[in-house]
Amino acid sequence: MKRIDYLSVRAWTPGWLMLMAGSAVIIALAGAAVLFMEHQGHHVTGMTNQVVWGMPHVFAIFLIVAASGTLNVASIGSVFGREPYQPLGRLSALLAMALLAGGLGVLVLDLGRPDRLIVAMTHFNFKSIFAWNVILYSGFFAVVGVYLWTMLDWRMKRAYKPAALTAFVWRLVLTTGTGSIFGFLLARDAYNSAVMAPLFIAMSFAFGLALFILFLLGTATALERSLSLDLLRRMGKLLALFAAANLYFVALQHGTALYMADRGAIEAFILLNGGIYTILFWGGQVLLGGIVPMALLFRSQATRCNIRFASLMVVAGGLAQVYVILIGGQAFPLTLFPGMEASSGFMDGQVAAYAPTLAEILLGLGGCALALVITIVGISAFRILPAALGPVEASE
Amino acid sequence: MGMRVVMLALLLVLMPWQGARAAEAGPQFPKAQGQCVEDAGTMRRHHFDFLKHQRDDTMREGIRGAKHSLKDCVSCHAAHKDGKAVPVNAPGQFCAACHDYAAVSVGCFTCHATTPGEGKP
Amino acid sequence: MTQASSRRDLLKGAVLGAVAIAPGLTLIAPAAQARPAGSAASAANRWGLLIDTSKCDAGCTACVDACKTEMGLPALDRPATDAQYIRKVDVKDPKTGHQHSLPVMCQHCAKPPCVDVCPTGASMKRADGIVLVDRHICIGCRYCMMACPYKARSFAHEDQSNQKAHNPRGKGCVEGCTLCVHRIDAGGRPACVEACADTGRAAMIFGDLNDANSEISRRLSKQASSRIRADLGLDPAIRYQGI
Repeated sequence: MKRIDYLSVRAWTPGWLMLMAGSAVIIALAGAAVLFMEHQGHHVTGMTNQVVWGMPHVFAIFLIVAASGTLNVASIGSVFGREPYQPLGRLSALLAMALLAGGLGVLVLDLGRPDRLIVAMTHFNFKSIFAWNVILYSGFFAVVGVYLWTMLDWRMKRAYKPAALTAFVWRLVLTTGTGSIFGFLLARDAYNSAVMAPLFIAMSFAFGLALFILFLLGTATALERSLSLDLLRRMGKLLALFAAANLYFVALQHGTALYMADRGAIEAFILLNGGIYTILFWGGQVLLGGIVPMALLFRSQATRCNIRFASLMVVAGGLAQVYVILIGGQAFPLTLFPGMEASSGFMDGQVAAYAPTLAEILLGLGGCALALVITIVGISAFRILPAALGPVEASE
Repeated sequence: MGMRVVMLALLLVLMPWQGARAAEAGPQFPKAQGQCVEDAGTMRRHHFDFLKHQRDDTMREGIRGAKHSLKDCVSCHAAHKDGKAVPVNAPGQFCAACHDYAAVSVGCFTCHATTPGEGKP
Repeated sequence: MTQASSRRDLLKGAVLGAVAIAPGLTLIAPAAQARPAGSAASAANRWGLLIDTSKCDAGCTACVDACKTEMGLPALDRPATDAQYIRKVDVKDPKTGHQHSLPVMCQHCAKPPCVDVCPTGASMKRADGIVLVDRHICIGCRYCMMACPYKARSFAHEDQSNQKAHNPRGKGCVEGCTLCVHRIDAGGRPACVEACADTGRAAMIFGDLNDANSEISRRLSKQASSRIRADLGLDPAIRYQGI
C-alpha cells in the first residue's frame, strides 16, 4: 500500500484569516438574528401556527442530513475497503461532525425556549423519535470522534475497523431517525410514510458527497495541493448514482401517494399547482438537483469544472428538496373532514402562506458558516488533509 | 491584557463598597399580609423546591389545594398602591427585591400572573 | 305576551344569568363534584364533550369568545400567529352544497400523537384523559403542532401580558385547549360549554365518558355520534353529532 502523508493547514495566512473573518461576520449576523427573533418572539419570522417549522429548519435539516452523508466517504474506504477513498477518511469524519454541529446549532437556536436546552438533555420521552434523535446526534459526535481518533493516532490502529463499522451503522440509524421525524406524522398527508427514512438516507448520500467534493476542490485550489481527476471522476460517478437513488425514492414516495385516492390533493399541490413548491420540485429538486448532475457526471470525460458545477447543483437541488418537503408539506392544509371543504378563522382548508424573513435565512447561513469554521480549525490543528492526492493533470 | 487589569482593578475597588452597602441594608420589600405557610428561614432556603415540587403535582397529577402554591405567594405578598395590586416582580417588590439582590432571575412570571385575583392589572 | 308573563321570563332569565356568571356553582346540571383538595386526577374519569352540530349556528362564536375571555387570550390582530384554543369550522359538502358549522378544539385523544412525539414529556395526558402542555418543560420545538391532526395547538409567538391566574402562558411555549381543567377540578364545566348553553343553542354537553349515568354517556349510548378523523384511531374525547 502507498504511504499517505497528511499535512495540517497553515493557520494565520492572509487567505485563512480572510475566510475565518468572513465566516465570523456571518456567524455574528446570525447571532444578532437569533437575539432579535428570541427577544421579539417568533411573530417577526415567517413562521406561523400553520407553518411551524421554517427556513431555519430547512438549513438545519439539510446540514444534519448532509453531515451523515459526508461520513460515507470514510465508510467507503474503511468499511467497504475501497483504497482510493482511504486518504479522505479523516476529512470525511471531521466534515461530518462540523456539519452536524452547524445544523444542530441552527435547530437549537430556533427553539421557542433555547434557554431550556438542558431540559431537552435531562427529560426524555422515549416514545418520541425527537428524543431518540437527541441521543443519536450527541452519540454521533462521540462515535465519529473516536473514529477520527483511530485514524489520527497509530496507537489506536486496533480500534480502527470496529470504530469505522460503528460509525457507519450509527449514521444509517441517525438518518433513519431524521427521516422518521416526518415519516411518523400520521396526520400529515405529505409525510406519514416509511419511505421517508430511506429517502432521507439517499438524500444524505447525495448532499453529503456533494459538499465533500466541493470542500475538497476548494482546499485543493486554495492550498495548491494535487487532486487527481481520476479520483474526482470516481467520486462524481458515485454522486450521480446517489442523485439517482434520491430520485428513485422521490418517485416511489409520490408514486405510492398518487395511488391513494385521499392523497390526490396533496400530490396535485406539490406536483402540479402548488406555485413555488411545484417550481422548486420540478425545476430545483428534480432538474437541477437530479437530472443535470447525472447528465454531467455519468459521462466518462467529466471535467473538473463539470464535477464542481454538478456538486453545486446537487446542493442547490437539495436545499430546494428540503424546502419542498418541509414547507410545502406544511403549507398544504390538514384534512379534518375528508371529502369536504372546510373554512375557519384559523386558516382551515387554505394553503398557508410562508415567506422566510432575513433573520431566518441569516440564522441558517450562520449554521453553514459555523460548520466551515469548525472544519477549517480542524484541518489547521490536525493532520487531516492529505499532502497530495495523485498527480495534477497537465491537460486541465 | 491591559483591559483585563483595568477590569480587575475596577472589580476590586467596587466589591467592598457593594459588600458594605449590602451589610447595612439588605433587600427591602413590602411586608406581607398574613402568616406564611412556613417559617421565613425555611422559605428563604427552600421556596423554589416547594414551588417546583407542587408545580409538578398540580400540573401533572391534578392535585390542587396544597399549601405551597405560587398563587398564594402572590396573593399574600403583592403590595397595594392606590387600591391596585403591584406586580410582585416589579422592582423593589417581594419577588424582585431578593432575586435582584441575589442576582437570580425569576422564570415564573413570563407565564404566571403577578398580581392576586383573576389576572395581571 | 302579557306584562305578567314577560316579567316572569325576565326573572327566569335573571336567575339563569346569575347561575351562568358563577362558575363552579352546581345549581344546574352539575357536571361533577369538585375533587377534594390533595387528591389527584383519576383514571376513573374520562372527561369529554358531545357537540350536536345541528344546534350549532354558522355565525355564532359564543364558545370561541368565551374561551378567549376565560383563558386570557389577547387578540393581537395577527390571525396567523394569534393563539387559538377553539375555532369555528364551517364545513361544506362540495357535491351537494350542504353546510354545517362546528367548534374544533383539542380533541383530548386517548392516544394523543402530540404526547407521543414530544421529546421532553411536556405534552402530556392527565389520568382523567385531559391532554395538556406542561409549559415548565416545554422547549418550544413545535413538533406536537406538526403531529396534531386537528391543528389544535398554538405557539406563543410573542411576550404575553394580562395572563389569567389559572392559565399561565408565555412566549416560546406551545399551548392549547385545557378543557378548562381549572374549572373541572373545581367541579365546573368548560367555559365554551357554558357560553353555548347561555348565549348559543346549548349544542355542547360536558361530562364523564366513564360514568354510565352521566348525561353525556346516556346520550352517547342512545344516539349516533362520530369523531373527527375517527379513521386515525386516536379515540378523541370530543364527540360530534351531525358531521
